[in-house]
Amino acid sequence: MNNILLVLPLLIPLASAAVSLLAWRRIALQRALAVVGVAALLAAGVTLLAVVRRDGIIATQEGGWPAPYGITLVADLFSAIMVMLTGVVGLAVLLFSLASMDRGREAFGYYPLFHALLLGVCGAFLTGDLFNLYVWFEVMLMASFVLLVLGGERPQLHGGIKYVTLNLVSSAVFLAAVGILYGLTGTLNMADLARKLGGIEETSTVTAVGMLFLVAFGIKAAVFPLFFWLPASYHTPPGAVSALFAGLLTKVGVYSLIRVYTLMFVGDMAFTHLLILILSGLTMVTGVLGAIAQDEFRRVLSFLHIGQIGYMTMGLALVGLTDSPSLAILALAGSIFYIAHHIAAMTNLFLMSSVVRRLCGTFELKRQGGLYQSRPFLAVLFLIPALSLSGMPPLSGFFAKLPLVQAGLGAGRYAIVATALAVGLLTLYSVANIWAEAFWKPLPQDATADVGPQRLAAGETTPLLLLPVVALAAMTVAIGLGAEPVFSLATEAAEQLLHREGYIQAVLGGPA
Amino acid sequence: MSTLLAVVIGCLYASGIYMMLRHSLFKLILGLVLLSHGANLLIFTVGGLTRGRPPVVPDGATAPAVPYADPLPQALILTAIVIGFAVLAFSLALFHRAYQTFGSDDPDDLKVSDQ
Repeated sequence: MNNILLVLPLLIPLASAAVSLLAWRRIALQRALAVVGVAALLAAGVTLLAVVRRDGIIATQEGGWPAPYGITLVADLFSAIMVMLTGVVGLAVLLFSLASMDRGREAFGYYPLFHALLLGVCGAFLTGDLFNLYVWFEVMLMASFVLLVLGGERPQLHGGIKYVTLNLVSSAVFLAAVGILYGLTGTLNMADLARKLGGIEETSTVTAVGMLFLVAFGIKAAVFPLFFWLPASYHTPPGAVSALFAGLLTKVGVYSLIRVYTLMFVGDMAFTHLLILILSGLTMVTGVLGAIAQDEFRRVLSFLHIGQIGYMTMGLALVGLTDSPSLAILALAGSIFYIAHHIAAMTNLFLMSSVVRRLCGTFELKRQGGLYQSRPFLAVLFLIPALSLSGMPPLSGFFAKLPLVQAGLGAGRYAIVATALAVGLLTLYSVANIWAEAFWKPLPQDATADVGPQRLAAGETTPLLLLPVVALAAMTVAIGLGAEPVFSLATEAAEQLLHREGYIQAVLGGPA
Repeated sequence: MSTLLAVVIGCLYASGIYMMLRHSLFKLILGLVLLSHGANLLIFTVGGLTRGRPPVVPDGATAPAVPYADPLPQALILTAIVIGFAVLAFSLALFHRAYQTFGSDDPDDLKVSDQ
């Protein structure tokens, strides 16, 4: 039973992608199949989370070989939460795609690629083997490459080249790090590695390999100073695609960082985790300052997105910089909570930017305006994820920042706490600026040449377009108002992550 | 032997990065190829350059006789080569399309999305 649960999040998108490919010319069938497939993925994710919460970590060895030789699939609470969130983002973005994707892209394989991307993401969350993680990364990247440039518009090609190049460099670094690690330990099973790395005398070698992983995953997660591919590419594809990327791709990088730096590279935490802490602070600052300097809707969001990544890695960094186990759990729970909050809010903001683009005909904030007058509901709706992002109570962002700040104070790292709070304030300034430009100010006169107020009144939004936006906003409010149960789930996940023996035992068996 | 390979790997990485920094999309691709070859050769080298028997378990035994050559690095490299091949094919198509669209091979001439 557990085996099936672990395989289903991979089988469902794989089967959906395969069948969609077979139904190449029948777009209506592909659309219907996509809804069924992604809804099934979400259901599988929810079931997985429920079972893992009830029974603890579950693991299976595919291929009939015992660990560490078999193909390990393992789900702890953190993995299960991420798989479930993948289903949530997938479904929301899919509904948005159904309403907004043009026929040309649909005819050239948008839906099969969509499933392939979800497959790669779920695989990365569920694998228990570093080399398989590399393979899942490549599955995910390949799908994202094509989704990014599908349509072949000039900005897409330009952004695509940067995105492809930097991600391939990251893959090469990742592969080299995997190779060296195999040479050091003779294994690539993560649980086995966790056991064997502790026995290696030369901790400096292990730390050096850890740094390679930091670079490889840092590029994927868009951590300072490795984030340049993100603002160069995320504003070029259709709105649904950039929302999907914003929701999922960088989170896979953050997930991998948290996984390897809580399970494997824990020998020299005073150095590695301090470095991550410094990078977190710089990521926050550069991200939010970049956002303030931009005046294109999705470019502002891209930079805000980078700034937010810093909060997620901040929790991870604090784990290594405190002696108190309860503070470590608090910090890591903060990170996990932050990821959940951020996925809901950021995906939603990217979707909204696309709605605004439909109404105003442009992504340029200077040429947008007047939406508060014509669409008051949308204007208020935008405020929910926007204020949540900046950490306004009682929305989810506040309860995501709170444990991080508490842990930072407890660990005596006042500089990062001050940075986090100041960046929160600047984030508020940045989203307020978007709101003032796109919603509050009247539509500029020179912009009415191609899109007039009559178009605003005509109603370019359909209920299907707004459904995912409303649903994600409701999720943001729900995470905020129901912070207690969500946070206790995040705390359990953090306890599991920090109790390494439990993970090792679940994968390899043997005495506790 | 491993010293020689270490030098070769170093050269591959250095020339790969040098090629990527040139003002040419084509050289960028060559750089990526060299980089992935360097990574593959690195796995091969750190996997242990032992001149050993094939890792086949003889009749009546439960483990292959030592010394045997570790087959796993080669399996890893094979996988990485296949993935690298697919990614390279895609990048070539993308870069060719970019060359057709922009009419230039210099990444600096592609200023449309990123002022």
